[in-house]
Amino acid sequence: MTSNKSAVWKTVSMAADMRLPTIRKQVSLSASLSALDGKDLVVPGDVITSDTGFMRGHGTYMDEEKLTASVAGEVERVNKLICVRPLKTRFNGEVGDVVVGRVTEVQQKRWKVETNSRLDSVLLLSSVNLPGGELRRRSAEDELAMRDYLLEGDLISAEVQSVFSDGALSLHTRSLKYGKLGQGVLIQLSPSLIKRQKTHFHNLPCGTSIILGNNGFVWLYPTPGHQDEEAGGYYTSLEPVSLSDREVISRLRNCLLALSAHKVMLYDTSVLYCYESSMPHQIKDILKPEVMEEVVMVTRQKLMEQEG
Amino acid sequence: MAGLELLSDQGYRLDGRKATELRKVQARMGVFAQADGSAYIEQGNTKALAVVYGPHEVRGSRSRTLNDRAVINCQYSMATFSTSERKRRPHGDRKSTEMSLHLKQTFEAAVLTNLYPRSQIDIYVKILQSDGGNYSAGVNAATLAVIDAGIPLRDYVCACTAGFVDETPLTDLCHAEESGGGTSLAMALLPRGGHIALLQMDARLHQDHLETLMEAAMTACKSISKVLDQVVRQHLQEVSALTGE
Repeated sequence: MTSNKSAVWKTVSMAADMRLPTIRKQVSLSASLSALDGKDLVVPGDVITSDTGFMRGHGTYMDEEKLTASVAGEVERVNKLICVRPLKTRFNGEVGDVVVGRVTEVQQKRWKVETNSRLDSVLLLSSVNLPGGELRRRSAEDELAMRDYLLEGDLISAEVQSVFSDGALSLHTRSLKYGKLGQGVLIQLSPSLIKRQKTHFHNLPCGTSIILGNNGFVWLYPTPGHQDEEAGGYYTSLEPVSLSDREVISRLRNCLLALSAHKVMLYDTSVLYCYESSMPHQIKDILKPEVMEEVVMVTRQKLMEQEG
Repeated sequence: MAGLELLSDQGYRLDGRKATELRKVQARMGVFAQADGSAYIEQGNTKALAVVYGPHEVRGSRSRTLNDRAVINCQYSMATFSTSERKRRPHGDRKSTEMSLHLKQTFEAAVLTNLYPRSQIDIYVKILQSDGGNYSAGVNAATLAVIDAGIPLRDYVCACTAGFVDETPLTDLCHAEESGGGTSLAMALLPRGGHIALLQMDARLHQDHLETLMEAAMTACKSISKVLDQVVRQHLQEVSALTGE
């Protein structure tokens, strides 16, 4: 019996972190009621107005002459236009948005790209920079060589060129900024958490670069040493990434997950502040709920101080 | 009389409820991070989990694509441990297939599918513990999940069951009452307009009683809608309080 027990103890000597379920913390609404004051929150079926002088926008429908909400969210009024913006949706692309996506299909003259939007986006062969950077008509040979550039499963960064009538997006990669993504980490978050900014490509001072796609896909990768002009965005480095770089990327990933769990808007400053405030903790510990909460709280404070 | 006495002389049911009393409803939205929308609901001892993906490009067979509206794809399943006897197949048997079809019909009536041409919306419902009213718990959970996913709905869809014993309508039947062999009516309602999205009745009932039974089911659905409404508003306030700072 005793010998048996000691054998069992030996096998469980490996450190494992176990925890019991805890009661979910209630978000204190009283403290943040001031933030809710100016907001008009509605749920599906709520009548927003029965006045006929308004225009029907997204998230609403006309029910017997009454303007009614069809999603749960916040009412936005722009002059006569009334919209309801839901808390969480799929990506609604606009021209100029930066997206990160995954190639799902290779078709004639086009690639289908999954971008978290409600239909797969299209990347036309005519809207990519071919390797070599030369500008010419796309020939039949190029069509045959499409799989040499992008394959099913490849990740790309691109910009929204136009929106089709059915809501599908047309993408382009006609800049050296865009193109195939090589080594790095993809994180899928809610598109509503990405703050719209002048630029979505950032080289963070911690030696890592980040692409905050408007579609909620975030790409973390080691800052490239030099840009190879000739490759036209299709060069992928297969050099081993150093351990320190990988650690920074992992830390950033966990920070991004923490920020998104606490619904903090994502942009370069918030990511960087979160990275800084996570430094006292081990990388793997950032995902623990209590550490997550602490790190995000410090980040929020820093952001408040910075705003003044 | 064989079997259980479903309604005592004092007017109480097996579990101590009054005839038109509902079981306790507890629900939570946004339980998964990976899905577009998700929700969990407990109605007494019946527990259901619903997950929504989409709208997204039609996967699988392209031929199902509709050019004027979205395709709704539902799957109803019961966990193997949900019933007192362990289930062999969690989904794909006749009963589950029928339930999936009912769910599909219900949500086609409520979701504004014409806004999403050539897309697909997936609704997966899983019953974790079954104690009567599986369909209604599934519908209520799926409603919350659809709202969580930000998919436009005409109104909440609320479902409830009702039975008829001793000339009295009983609402929100538990397993014992459902399996007693009496009448069981399942109703899914869009409560604000009073539109019925789905109505299903097993066993026979005298025509004269149908109206009272439907009336009772409608009242129950409306009470459930109030509970769901509270859950959604609470969730909305919590999330917007966090993002609003």
